[in-house]
Amino acid sequence: MNQRLPNTLSNNMPKTYPTPGGVHPPQNKAQSTSRPIQQASLPAELVLPLSQHAGAPAKAIVAVGDKVLKGQCIAQAKGSISAYIHAPSSGEVTAIEPRAIPHASGMQDNCIVIKTDGEDNWCPLQGCEDFSQLPASELVEQIRLAGITGLGGGGFPTAVKLISSDTQASLNKAIDTLIINGTECEPYITADDLLMRERAQQIISGIQILQHIIKPSTATLIGVENNKPEAIAALEAAIAEANANNITVVSFAGKYPSGGEKQLIQILTGREVPSGGLPADVGIVCQNVGTVAAVHDAIVLGKPLISRITTVTGQACAQPQNFEVLIGSPIAHVLAQAGFDASACQRLIMGGPMMGFTLTDTSVPVIKATNCLLAATEAELPSPPPAQACIRCGMCAEACPASLLPQQLYWYARSKEYEKLEELNLFDCIECGACSYVCPSTIPLVQYYRASKADIREHKAEMHKAEQSKARFEARQQRLEREEQEKAEKRAARQAAAKAKLAAAAQAGGEQELDPVQAAVARAKAKKAAKAAAAETEAGNSTAKPETKPTDEAN
Amino acid sequence: MIELISLHPLLTAVVALVALSIPFGALLGFAAIRFKTEGNPIVDQIEDLLPQTQCGQCSYPGCRPYAEAIANGEAINKCPPGGEATIHDLANLLDVEPLPLDAEHGAQDVKKVAYIREDECIGCTKCIQACPVDAILGAAKQMHTVIADECTGCDLCVEPCPVDCIDMLPIATTVQSWSWQLPPTPEEQLKRSHIIATDRQPEVSA
Ligand code: SF4
Ligand code: SF4
Ligand code: SF4
Ligand code: SF4
Repeated sequence: MNQRLPNTLSNNMPKTYPTPGGVHPPQNKAQSTSRPIQQASLPAELVLPLSQHAGAPAKAIVAVGDKVLKGQCIAQAKGSISAYIHAPSSGEVTAIEPRAIPHASGMQDNCIVIKTDGEDNWCPLQGCEDFSQLPASELVEQIRLAGITGLGGGGFPTAVKLISSDTQASLNKAIDTLIINGTECEPYITADDLLMRERAQQIISGIQILQHIIKPSTATLIGVENNKPEAIAALEAAIAEANANNITVVSFAGKYPSGGEKQLIQILTGREVPSGGLPADVGIVCQNVGTVAAVHDAIVLGKPLISRITTVTGQACAQPQNFEVLIGSPIAHVLAQAGFDASACQRLIMGGPMMGFTLTDTSVPVIKATNCLLAATEAELPSPPPAQACIRCGMCAEACPASLLPQQLYWYARSKEYEKLEELNLFDCIECGACSYVCPSTIPLVQYYRASKADIREHKAEMHKAEQSKARFEARQQRLEREEQEKAEKRAARQAAAKAKLAAAAQAGGEQELDPVQAAVARAKAKKAAKAAAAETEAGNSTAKPETKPTDEAN
Repeated sequence: MIELISLHPLLTAVVALVALSIPFGALLGFAAIRFKTEGNPIVDQIEDLLPQTQCGQCSYPGCRPYAEAIANGEAINKCPPGGEATIHDLANLLDVEPLPLDAEHGAQDVKKVAYIREDECIGCTKCIQACPVDAILGAAKQMHTVIADECTGCDLCVEPCPVDCIDMLPIATTVQSWSWQLPPTPEEQLKRSHIIATDRQPEVSA
């Protein structure tokens, strides 16, 4: 362990901790950092997928033909893990229908389509001068209503992560450290870098809001890789300006994937999030810088999340740069503004080259999680050669930041040994792709893990359903048995009653000497009475239970 | 005494062993009762692995009877709804070789759910009586409907319906339920791309 010596107070650098694994792919960030953030133009049509965040899809609250204003809420969160969606510009809702969405499956999903009117009219906004007057729960609610999701790429609804400190305390998970993730370790992507350079004040203001909500008891740290000196300088200047000396910028030597939530937490605090646990379990809340800036916009300006910074880069773009893009803008529209050459583009990727996925259709929209559009040429991202057999070199295990055994996972994924995979903590894999990156046999390891995770989840859901079905089946069996028994009891009761009547009649007959005619009449009478009694019980029975068959066979 | 032993060595051995067996037997018997494991009997364990579709395709009237049959030596490959995964789990549990699915009992199909065309339903309640998991809601002369979340897709309600208004609809993949597939293994890929020269099919000579 080459743990760094604790820094002395003189150089005042906060301590950082080593983490396992990691790789150093070529950065390729300089291409898109030379130009400032540019406002992307207003497209003629905006397409807003109802499911662009982690969790349940939102529920549309507008109808086709409705006029909407910029910033107006058009879809509501459905369930606790979901997010609100707002109109990114003014115009008319022209359709609510399945459209191609940016998703690894390449499938279609329900989207709200807005034809923009070019006016870009805002709906009335209600900002807040002094957020410190508001209780934490109200701020969290406003963040929820603003539809903010993690802008680092995960797309997890932010409000869900920000349960206020009181709730945290009652859950016995007091938060002592707030970590702001400005690492951006994936090659090509510079959206957070430019945001920190140009909008550091916003970020610091957003951090102060989060501090007010979470009340971290010891520290607030912004983690930035040391390959972003301009961003670090801008953040420090903004901290000095806002006199927010309880916020510390921590820079550290970059490697991929130091920006993973668990990895960054370990680098900055040395704490390890337990397997299957959450950062809150070790007293930490972690948010991305972009998310924090969106929180500032939502609380101070009252603006919902309707745009984001997206890096448009790759050799197939003549002017690679960062754009502030309205959510819902078709990707083709955004690419065009960066001088996109479709003929040179061999692969179009949403996200970075390590964790992104290939897009097949440029009509799909930019969504809240779109941090980068990478239009790569063949020379830049050559198609992977066919996978070879694993040579058991162990390089993947060395590269894995989660200290897993990718090679073992690969074998067990192939043989579908789910218990073994879970024993080896497959679910701790962050799908960073470091193992596939180093694999000399170019095995698409991550795809094996993704497929296996999905299979395991499905298997579990099936087991759960089987249990449920079994319970229902058994309940039904019991019901049938009970009904059968009840029927039998009634039948027995009826027979007993009939017998008793007959006996009584016979006795009466016995007393008045034996007259065969009279005896026959008495028998007939008794029978009639028994029948009437049976019909009565039957009537009672059938009104009580309409679905059971009339018990004819009882007679 | 010693004389006796040397005179009848065989008898002595028998006597000694019997003498030993009594306390040890008692000890074992005591342990069996005292440390009785509360483990599932094997039938329960087998049943837990079956999909509980209760469809009867295995030719037993439900999953429990099939579990009992397996415990008595029936083959483990007769449950089409469970398919390979169930056979794999059963093979693991029973420590036997996994067999391919027995085609006689049907092939593993895509997941389906029953759907009643409600305007055609005459409210005869026949499907309710057929459904093993009470997944159909309705009453006499009322329109019936399937609780899709509880339906196991067993097919048993289709046959009894006198007006044929029940369809088995395959469950469609949505963006939410979509998932990655395992990539072709390197070995398969190699076969496909014929990288090894000697693996190539001989060219048809002109
Ligand atoms: S993708 Fe998973 S297994 Fe591979 S290096 Fe990353 S965390 Fe480890
Ligand atoms: S790096 Fe690739 S070849 Fe090496 S052990 Fe891992 S999976 Fe096998
Ligand atoms: S085939 Fe499978 S699901 Fe159907 S009854 Fe038999 S064991 Fe149950
Ligand atoms: S509704 Fe039909 S298919 Fe579904 S579980 Fe009941 S009987 Fe089977």
